[in-house]
Amino acid sequence: MSRKVYLDNAATTYVSSEVLNEMLPCFNAIYGNANSIHGFGRDAAAIVDRARDRIAAAINAKSANEIYFTSGGTEADNWAIKGLAHANASKGKHIITSAIEHHAVLEACAALEKQGFEITYLPVDSTGLVKITELLRAIRPDTILISIMAVNNEVGTIQNIKTIAKTAHENGILFHTDAVQALGALRLDVQDMEIDALSISAHKIYGPKGIGALYVKNGVRIENLIDGGSQERGKRGGTLNVPAIAGFGKAAEIAVRDLVINQQKLRSIREYFLAKLKENIDYIQINGHPHQKIQGTVSVSFEMIEGESLLMLLDLDGVAVSTASACTSNSLLPSHVLKAMGIEDDLAQGTIRFSFGKNTSKADVDYALEVLTSAVKKLRAISPITKAGRR
Amino acid sequence: MYNKKVLSIFQNPSNAGGMKGANGTGKVGEVGCGDIMKFYLLIEDEIIKEARFKVFGCCAAIASADVVCDLVKDMPVSNALSLTSSDIMEVLQDLPSNKVYCTSLAIDGIKDAIDDYHKKLEKLQKKEQSE
Repeated sequence: MSRKVYLDNAATTYVSSEVLNEMLPCFNAIYGNANSIHGFGRDAAAIVDRARDRIAAAINAKSANEIYFTSGGTEADNWAIKGLAHANASKGKHIITSAIEHHAVLEACAALEKQGFEITYLPVDSTGLVKITELLRAIRPDTILISIMAVNNEVGTIQNIKTIAKTAHENGILFHTDAVQALGALRLDVQDMEIDALSISAHKIYGPKGIGALYVKNGVRIENLIDGGSQERGKRGGTLNVPAIAGFGKAAEIAVRDLVINQQKLRSIREYFLAKLKENIDYIQINGHPHQKIQGTVSVSFEMIEGESLLMLLDLDGVAVSTASACTSNSLLPSHVLKAMGIEDDLAQGTIRFSFGKNTSKADVDYALEVLTSAVKKLRAISPITKAGRR
Repeated sequence: MYNKKVLSIFQNPSNAGGMKGANGTGKVGEVGCGDIMKFYLLIEDEIIKEARFKVFGCCAAIASADVVCDLVKDMPVSNALSLTSSDIMEVLQDLPSNKVYCTSLAIDGIKDAIDDYHKKLEKLQKKEQSE
């Protein structure tokens, strides 16, 4: 195993050198506690302020104090769902989300259900889009929150966020979006998109792991998730992770600065990959929306093959990808996303997500496809499912 | 997640593929459940001469199926029927806990194939008696 190709950038990315350089002084030169009032603390606070400004600019927030740092996307999602629900429980206890959300949203909703909240999980069409008609039908007088992800992590479909947000506001409902996969992939403008709360994370955009943020529009009430000190204006306790925050700020700035060029590059890599894939391997299906999707993520279902064994064969040759489904404990747990999109269980099971990054080259794609083609051939040769009898 | 032993068997299974002239075949699992295993046996005088498999499933399923084929080769049918999943585990050394069921599936599959052989044999004997 000599060559290594990383095609799992939707899971996480490396930290870019520009970001790392921004972080390094914060470990040992500017190491004060950002909440201390002495000079060491003020220096650290200045770093945090700059990062907050950069992130606010990246999503066009009206004010930097609408950005609250969290430990990552999962905490931001949990805080948004639980915090907005509890702060508005006197108005109603109904929440609308979609069937294809990240587990951070789905599990936060499940926790609220145990506390007496009612959740409607909107279905999606075969391309992964939430239908506005379904949303309108689900809205009730006691609906207090709608949370729909901006971009799906498994198939890359982009939701009609602005329309959904407008629909929410026309009905006096708050709107949150999990934009973890969207940051850096499409232009986010919380003012134009009328977003009340938005979750983002650094490690998907060449920043460090363990840092994220929740945007909460000024004037929107939210209850605390993490109680503690007076950090983040008393809304989120815990000493600020200054190096990670510095890195996040820089990563967000770069993500927006280089958005167009990165997307052009990813588009060309994606098209190159798809063309060669279709040329080399038959009996495949590309999942997600045909064009309303981000460039970096491609979800492919391989007929007659189980995904984990394909992933492992690729891994043994140095190619890293991911599967959504997992066959465990004798009961298939198909990806909830693919299931919601109406993809058959056997096809869902043979689904691999390839996600490209800004350093993915055509040579990487060539190698990955070479390995993929032989792995698919090998597994199909021993598959009890035949082309004739496959469904 | 998987140890080297499992991965090496998975990568180069020695008994993968179908078999022409098999006189006992067994199929276990369902697409909806995650794994399908199909076994092909060639049995002569109650001795398993040849065993092969096809799998739609994970690494553990492929490795378990390959190991069970190795185990039953040249084995009297009666001995093969008393194999358990721990015999496969002994060869694989270790599997993630949520993958251990693959070894049971492989045992069930072999038993299903032997069952098929016996049924065919019975049919044949009845036919011979009636003639």
